[in-house]
Amino acid sequence: MTAFLRTSLAGLRVLLVLTVLTGLAYPTAVYAIGRTMPDRADGAMIEVDGHVVGSRLIGQPFDGEEWFLPRPSAAGDGYDPLASGASNLGPENLDLLATVEQRRAEVAGRESVDPELVPPDALTASGSGLDPHISPEYAALQVPRVAQARGLDEDIVRSHVAEATTDRELGVLGEPRVNVLELNATLAVLD
Amino acid sequence: MSPELATALQVAILVAALAVVHVPLGDYMARVFTDTRHLRVERLVYRLGGVGPDADQRWPVYARSVLGFSLVSILLLYALMRLQDRLPLSLGLPAVGADGAWNTAVSFVTNTNWQWYSGEATMGHLVQMSGLAVQNFVSAAVGIAVAVALVRGFVRHRTDRLGNFWVDLVRGTVRILLPLAFLAAVLLVLGGAVQNFTGAQGVTTLDGATQTIVGGPIASQEAIKNLGTNGGGFFNANSSHPFENPSALTNLLEIFLLLAIPFSLPRTFGRMVGNRRQGLAIVAVMASIWATAVGVITWAETRGFGTVPQAAGAAMEGKEVRFGEGASALFAASTTGTSTGSVNSFHDSYTALGGGVTLLNMMLGEVAPGGVGAGLYGMLVLAVLTVFLAGLMVGRTPQYLGKKVGRPEITLVALYILTMPTLLLVGAAITAGTPALVEASVQDPGAHGLSEILYAYASATNNNGSAFAGFGAGTPYQNTALGLGMLFGRFVPIILVLALAGSLARQQPAAVGAGTLPTHGPVFAGLLGFVVLVVAGLTFFPVLALAPIAEALL
Repeated sequence: MTAFLRTSLAGLRVLLVLTVLTGLAYPTAVYAIGRTMPDRADGAMIEVDGHVVGSRLIGQPFDGEEWFLPRPSAAGDGYDPLASGASNLGPENLDLLATVEQRRAEVAGRESVDPELVPPDALTASGSGLDPHISPEYAALQVPRVAQARGLDEDIVRSHVAEATTDRELGVLGEPRVNVLELNATLAVLD
Repeated sequence: MSPELATALQVAILVAALAVVHVPLGDYMARVFTDTRHLRVERLVYRLGGVGPDADQRWPVYARSVLGFSLVSILLLYALMRLQDRLPLSLGLPAVGADGAWNTAVSFVTNTNWQWYSGEATMGHLVQMSGLAVQNFVSAAVGIAVAVALVRGFVRHRTDRLGNFWVDLVRGTVRILLPLAFLAAVLLVLGGAVQNFTGAQGVTTLDGATQTIVGGPIASQEAIKNLGTNGGGFFNANSSHPFENPSALTNLLEIFLLLAIPFSLPRTFGRMVGNRRQGLAIVAVMASIWATAVGVITWAETRGFGTVPQAAGAAMEGKEVRFGEGASALFAASTTGTSTGSVNSFHDSYTALGGGVTLLNMMLGEVAPGGVGAGLYGMLVLAVLTVFLAGLMVGRTPQYLGKKVGRPEITLVALYILTMPTLLLVGAAITAGTPALVEASVQDPGAHGLSEILYAYASATNNNGSAFAGFGAGTPYQNTALGLGMLFGRFVPIILVLALAGSLARQQPAAVGAGTLPTHGPVFAGLLGFVVLVVAGLTFFPVLALAPIAEALL
């Protein structure tokens, strides 16, 4: 028993030294390097008219005809960064099925399109609940409504969508996506 | 480019990167653990720690050092969480409750990183970076150390010495994990992952709502969480959170990190035993199972089987647009195959087949390619079993790398193989058989509910840490029971592995004859793969039939 105690005490001392190394020096060194590129290391904050309105990486709730709308969110009451997360509902869950059907009807009504045309990302909640992106299909679906609400030509709105669109990295990684906050911010500046 | 082709090329890039890196990394790790010199910083650690680096330990002493170190790790982490409200950089968060702190302390020390809590609402910056992330380093180093000790059991002859745990621990941390994590963290910051010490920052959104954005030392933790196959997210949403994993590029880097060391350790093994083809056989089995899992999960998710995915048009519930099904499936197969448990998408909402494979991946015992160190020693234990079974078939004395597999060895192997399934099935059965516990924690009805229970206990006892997160694990009972599952699931196998290493090291190597089964060719690799699948299949098929298989067929 005393041997085990002696070993554990040595272990504690080693642990404390390794804590200084990996728990203080290491994150501080990465922090110092991050300071050379604060735009990235601080979460790509975005300013509109001199005010910080959020992070390009974190989705926001939008409500109203004049905005592109994000995906459904399971983070708190929607896009709450203090409660990130998914619905975690299973593939056969009947409540989730009903929610998906209800969202399909809502989106189709709002965009005045055939319910069959509503893309999957408009019907499902993301993993983080903070997904900053929608699919190019969902963005295209919203263009006529936003253009009408803002009194803009649809082609102009489409060019803004194109600017906020990122293709697959290296041509093959992930999926094409449209950043909703960036897109709405460029539209807001037009006013 | 078609989405299918892009998905396939994405996997191809990853495989190519791993194929290139595993050679120098594996060779480097072999040098690290055979080097006779100490670095200056290492000498400093030994001096401050008061441990002698030059005394080789017998296996009981090695095991005692592992256990002693892990015990103080649990105690220190527990204390940090319980005293959080009095520590700096804690963002005004309260102390963590007793059962929750116990569960989390055990979880991070056992390399599980099961999380019952939301990081952003529970853990301050100090606990995250100086408590949890430190265990991400050292628990990974412990896994590598145990694997290296087992390899020395094959390499060394007529000795009772397996090496020095403190040296293995410190070298694994200082020479392998720290430099790689630093490089990865810088790349993650370049890719947009956050690294600051900002607390909650309130903003008025574009549409006039309010949003509170939380930063922190995220990139540094993200790097080691994946590199060390730990998996504990800074945030509840883990690697699906855009601050942890902002783009498909960082996503591929993170998948690479979680596979890099596990796929390189067989090369280290081959180097240390003086025959690289021995390592090649092991890595071939790991890679085949991993590739199969990637294929099946990708197929199931992109096809979107099941009622809800069909109704929505795709299996995008719980997945991010920037990753889509392909990059999500690749992450899921890799994180469950490596005992990491970080997630970029939520497995609970996966198709029955895709989610079932993530569950099966863990039930295989985390050997394809498994956690850092744990994957290699798990696979070597199964290799010993394979040699034994083959020996029975042809009536020869089984031997592996010149070491006879006799009664003491096969007893230890049998106990190793029984430990995890016993813990898993008994733990899951107690919850499934107790209505009050089902009521308290299980979210989905029917077969999927059973999958949630099984996933929780498979994840805990295999030290994975991912979840079918609809399972409400934050109750005092589940915190305690899953904590015990993690503890025994980690340290019972480690003690058995070290005992096996001790037993092997004592032997005089037997001569290799015409009747000796070669353990480096495709025949042996095939046999080993078969044994991996049969051991897990026979153990878990009945319960899998009741859960994901039933769900997929109904």
